[in-house]
Amino acid sequence: MRIPCPFCGPRDVSEFVTLGEATGPRPDPAAPDAAEKFFAYAYLRSNPAGPSEEHWYHALGCRSWLKVVRDTRTHEIESAALAREGAR
Amino acid sequence: MHYSFFSLLQNALTGHRGWTPTWRDAEPKGAYDVIIIGAGGHGLATAYYLAKEHGIRNVAVLEKGWLGSGNIGRNTTIIRSNYLLPGNIVFYEWSMKLWERLEQDFNYNAMVSQRGVLNLYHSDGQRDVYARRGNAMRLHGVDADLLDRDQVRAMLPFLNFDDARFPIHGGLLQKRGGTARHDAVAWGYARGASDRGVDIVQNCEVTGFVIENGRITGVETTRGKILAKKVGLSVAGNSSRVAALAGMRLPIESHVIQAFVSEGVKPLIPNVITFGAGHFYISQSDKGGLVFGGDLDGYKSYAQRGNLPTVRDVCEGGVALMPMIGRVRILRNWGGIMDMSADGSPIIDKTPVEGLYLNAGWNYGGFKAVPAAGWCFAHLNARDEPHSAAAAFRLDRFARGAVLDEKGQGPQPNLH
Repeated sequence: MRIPCPFCGPRDVSEFVTLGEATGPRPDPAAPDAAEKFFAYAYLRSNPAGPSEEHWYHALGCRSWLKVVRDTRTHEIESAALAREGAR
Repeated sequence: MHYSFFSLLQNALTGHRGWTPTWRDAEPKGAYDVIIIGAGGHGLATAYYLAKEHGIRNVAVLEKGWLGSGNIGRNTTIIRSNYLLPGNIVFYEWSMKLWERLEQDFNYNAMVSQRGVLNLYHSDGQRDVYARRGNAMRLHGVDADLLDRDQVRAMLPFLNFDDARFPIHGGLLQKRGGTARHDAVAWGYARGASDRGVDIVQNCEVTGFVIENGRITGVETTRGKILAKKVGLSVAGNSSRVAALAGMRLPIESHVIQAFVSEGVKPLIPNVITFGAGHFYISQSDKGGLVFGGDLDGYKSYAQRGNLPTVRDVCEGGVALMPMIGRVRILRNWGGIMDMSADGSPIIDKTPVEGLYLNAGWNYGGFKAVPAAGWCFAHLNARDEPHSAAAAFRLDRFARGAVLDEKGQGPQPNLH
């Protein structure tokens, strides 16, 4: 599996670390339903069989966080972009 | 038909024409008392114990592929109960006790071999961790022996004791641990369930649930709608997908783990050995092949195959531990899809949908758990209350903060 890092080009998967699903931003700890939101944020996963948005970190490269769209059934990578370019 | 020395002799004398199929390949009926989704080790064991222990025989086991096509045929066949946390030890020890009497119980040769499981330690700190785990096991009545370097050397002289980076200081041995013939476990349970009236339906994928007023009344399948009062979900790596059909999100990610078998060699490795400095575990099958594995690949996957960096990592671990296997050729490798839970421990519980039960989150420990998972899941299905051995495996434990995190890794499924 190779990930097309927008900065470094296509690089071997062993250079990367994955954090898993690219979920939304961290919930507001001051919100009244913070406990419920943090439970969902920390523990629950969509875990789809198919294209999935994930956060990957190019640890042995440019050290950028990437948002990668990858098909979990085939390991095929559709796109990889710098995570900071997306909405936070 | 009952298997015995007598039945073998009788068939031997009559040209082996009297053997009947091991289990019945059933057509689905319109309605059942209980439907179990997934004809793998867990699903078949559940059906078996439902019929045998609870007298519930109007049961179907639905399988999207063929019997035993998932992780029951894709593991490294290790059985053990060397856990640390009370919620886990009680369960896995119950499983070990069931393994010990399994073959007599279901009258099938599952080749259960209590050859011992040895976890090696490579530093003083790791020794302390293993001593703690061994003590926890003994407090729960599980056998554990902490061996020093000389004791390990007497058992396994071929290990690389003087590795410069990871010298072997000793190991934690569970003598009652070992291996079992994985396919035979599935066949034995299938036969026991089928003989008691359970319908095992292959090529029947569940495509939806029929839920009325918050209560399950049946399932939609590729072979039509089937009604049921209760439905149990035992689908391992596909847990999130099937649970999503009932509108649930689970604390589970699906990951691929690879396993390997070498060409057959003469008897070499007497028990199960795990490398404490990397992640590598190995045993030798009765056929002679070295069966071994290591870490997850680390990314979510439904592909049942992994990538080469992990293959290299596993092989490096193996050669560091026992350099003698450096020239053994790998015959096959494969991947299984693990339902990695957020705390590394399983879930056997009811769900918010009444009548729908969940057995999932087995990480890469599903094989050793087969008898007890079936036992406890059948108990939950039949009596609507958790079995005492699986009382800690609740679905709501994550929201309550009562996680069972054996390794202390936090809510990161790929690190467990």
